[in-house]
Amino acid sequence: MSLEASALTLGYGESIIIEDLNLQIPKGEITVFIGGNGCGKSTLLRSLARLLKPKTGSIILDGTTIQKMQTKEIAKQLAILPQGPEAPEGLTVLQLVKQGRYPYQNWLKQWSEEDERKVNEALEATQMTELAERQVDSLSGGQRQRAWIAMTLAQDTDTILLDEPTTYLDMTHQIEILDLLFDLNERENRTIVMVLHDLNLACRYAHHIVAVQNKTIYAQGKPEDVISCNLIRDVFRMECQVTNDPIFGTPLCIPYGKGRCLVNKVGGNNGTPSVKIG
Amino acid sequence: MLLQTKRAKVLGLLLGAVLFLLFICFSIVYGYTNTTWKTAIEAYTKFNGSNEHLIIQTVRMPRALIAAAVGASLGIAGALMQALTQNPLADPKIFGINAGASFFIVFAVSFFSITSLGMFIWIAFLGAAVAAITVYCIGSLGREGLTPMKFTLAGAAIWALFSSLTQGMLVLNEKALEEVLFWLAGSVQGRKLEYLQTVLPYMTIAWVGSLIIARHINLLSMGEDIAKGLGQKTGLIKLVTAVIIILLAGGSVAIAGPIGFVGIMVPHLARSFVGIDHRWLIPYCAIIGGCLLLLADISARYIIMPQEIPVGVMTAIIGTPFFIYIARKGLTKS
Amino acid sequence: MKLKNYLAFRLGKENISFLVDRKSLVVFLVLLFLTVLTALVSAGLGEMKISPINVVKAWFGYGPDMERLVVNSFRLPRIIIAILVGISFAISGAMLQGIVRNPLASPDIIGITGGAAVAVVSFLAIFSDENNALTVSIKWMPLAAFIGATAIAFLIYMLAWKNGVSPIRLVLIGIGLSALTQALTTMFMILGPIYRASQANIWLTGSIYGASWENVSTLLPWTICLLIILVLVTRHLNVQELGDSVAMGVGSAVGRQRMLLLLISTGFAAGGVAFAGGIGFVGLIAPHISRRLVGSSFGALLPVSALIGAILVLVADLIGRVSFGPTEIPAGVFTAVIGAPYFIYLLYKHRNL
Repeated sequence: MSLEASALTLGYGESIIIEDLNLQIPKGEITVFIGGNGCGKSTLLRSLARLLKPKTGSIILDGTTIQKMQTKEIAKQLAILPQGPEAPEGLTVLQLVKQGRYPYQNWLKQWSEEDERKVNEALEATQMTELAERQVDSLSGGQRQRAWIAMTLAQDTDTILLDEPTTYLDMTHQIEILDLLFDLNERENRTIVMVLHDLNLACRYAHHIVAVQNKTIYAQGKPEDVISCNLIRDVFRMECQVTNDPIFGTPLCIPYGKGRCLVNKVGGNNGTPSVKIG
Repeated sequence: MLLQTKRAKVLGLLLGAVLFLLFICFSIVYGYTNTTWKTAIEAYTKFNGSNEHLIIQTVRMPRALIAAAVGASLGIAGALMQALTQNPLADPKIFGINAGASFFIVFAVSFFSITSLGMFIWIAFLGAAVAAITVYCIGSLGREGLTPMKFTLAGAAIWALFSSLTQGMLVLNEKALEEVLFWLAGSVQGRKLEYLQTVLPYMTIAWVGSLIIARHINLLSMGEDIAKGLGQKTGLIKLVTAVIIILLAGGSVAIAGPIGFVGIMVPHLARSFVGIDHRWLIPYCAIIGGCLLLLADISARYIIMPQEIPVGVMTAIIGTPFFIYIARKGLTKS
Repeated sequence: MKLKNYLAFRLGKENISFLVDRKSLVVFLVLLFLTVLTALVSAGLGEMKISPINVVKAWFGYGPDMERLVVNSFRLPRIIIAILVGISFAISGAMLQGIVRNPLASPDIIGITGGAAVAVVSFLAIFSDENNALTVSIKWMPLAAFIGATAIAFLIYMLAWKNGVSPIRLVLIGIGLSALTQALTTMFMILGPIYRASQANIWLTGSIYGASWENVSTLLPWTICLLIILVLVTRHLNVQELGDSVAMGVGSAVGRQRMLLLLISTGFAAGGVAFAGGIGFVGLIAPHISRRLVGSSFGALLPVSALIGAILVLVADLIGRVSFGPTEIPAGVFTAVIGAPYFIYLLYKHRNL
């Protein structure tokens, strides 16, 4: 399955947020959108999932324009987890995850063996089996996010889009969610597209990184090829030093700025480096 | 939001105030008995005991002032109510105020044959307070105190309870229905100035209170936790807000009967002018509410002359098209 | 994982399959039993008291003529109408609360009852002669109410339409129109003779006095049709409640389905309002009571709400019929009198949640 955007222009009302953008999502890989607040990366993700109609241009799924497809057919190939979803009060995890089977059900077939198997798999993959009977609003932030991811997994799609799935989670839970998505990609070869704010985690988990800036794509490619001081300066308007992660070897951005300093610092105190190295 | 800058907001408020005073004057001058602006002024400067002068002093003036006060009060009460419940659909009705007042009035008429409007004031005020305090207490049960959800649900239950009991009594007692039907529709006609004087002290306290509390409400509507984190005594603020609502809406229902719609509609109208800052919203609600009720009351005299349409009915007829227009144009969230 | 709290039903190569929550099933069965029991008791009470066993006998055509007449011709149609009306209002309210995602939504708050009320008071005003006698049969009143309810629903929908219908716009326009209809109703009541005001007031309170088999034969097929459609669309309601983004993500045609759901909800309310007038409280409160009993998944919520609604109206009508006899008190008075305290008790019980 392939997903691409062609000559895409997006916006709300009069304001244009993305203009004439072309993008091909690499199949079977993890793609991460990065960019400053309000640069349009979430908007782009939402339009890829047909939640937002393009002003002009199109989203193409397997050679077909997405606007021309049945929304249920899209839902069988592509799942989306929006940012900060809210479950109605009193809904249990199982009842939530079940909703992921919606595109496969019809008015008589509402709980097939397949539905049951996929829901169970989704609960297991997210380690939510034990919590299936709990109410979603009684769970901790990490558990709640896992429940929602389980719902998108139950949708059983090749491609999963997630809008900031790790926001508000502590470090443990961030890694847990990203490991889960990484495993899904490794084991089942699912294509994953997400928006992440943590650049270092983005570099570590993404095969393909897309930097969005000034209504279009600034750069894209493997993190180790793309991420540089210059990119960070242009996209985030921030000075930083890029080195390699001592454990993973992936790019690691260390922003300049103020803070306690225990060694001989190479950067100045006011955010701009006084000495440049490398 | 129509008025972006502070200057525009001040100007808008001044313009509104002028309109407000103008409507009061219109209300004094125009009606079934034709009077002129000159007679209206002379009624106070050179009173000669003529029929026109009497009408202006004892009928028109009280009526205009009552409509202005009640409209302003209901507008403010509605804004506070929507802030307290965090629900754009809430109005003082959801606090049980109108239902409680109506219940007490109908009870008094049915069982004690009380029919004097002067007595009605105290009975209605009492009823409004009893219902609202009940709602507040039920809504505050539990560890977290008053939450918007519990408050809203408790209000809906109490409101339904009182209003169905009222209707039950009216079904059993047709005579009572005849006597209170006009009161139940809401009207500012035939009220004496003393009635307004009875509730005016409470209303004044509440008006001032609502302006003082406005910035605290801004904080509260960002969420209870954030407000607490910034050092607000949220329990106290909610209690004070509730008391203000009771004084405003209770006082209004006491003099004018249950007038719906102003409380829910005016805040939405006001928000489309000045946005969600309660320091601006509350004065705008007062002005818009007052203007709306004055306008409704004036037109209520003309539509089926010589009879009058109750002002509560007229408010809805004038207000609904506006409201639908605003709702279609897109609302500023509360 | 074994779904130990659930029962799965599968038939014929799984083309027909459902999942049922055990606890909800138990609640549903208990309520069903209560409904039948209340119906039996209600059929036996009144000026002529009949034991439950004799009621059942009379039902099947045995026992004294008089008992058969009272049970079958007078009380039974009324009981059936009470049940149907309760079901209709409760389901309509539960659906609206889900569609709009607001706990205050109910058929009377968004103006459907109001539209019917205007139609009814106009009906009373237009077809009355100078002696306040109706010039046409009162049988047409339900039709008037039904037309009023559907007309206002379409009006709300049209006015709320602007590249689709957002729930909040829908409710606000509903509230606006509801205020307008209330105003018009009050005006009709004040301007007309007091006798008519009183008649209108009974209708507004909501009463099923004088329900006949003829009424049953109209309302029953209507309600059953809607219930069947409802079973088929409940799953749309479940995903709508997760919010538009998620619903679209799992492949729901949100706009079209919202329209369909609203149509069904209006259909229920219009049916109820036609035969029982403005029994408003049921639509607001039955769903809230049910949510506290079985949670918020609509598969369980709708049937349980329906039965709660049925019991509320049944009991309210029973009390209205026997407590002040021979004077009839409209059932609408007692739905709130029974429902509100129970609901407040539930609020108290769940106060720390």
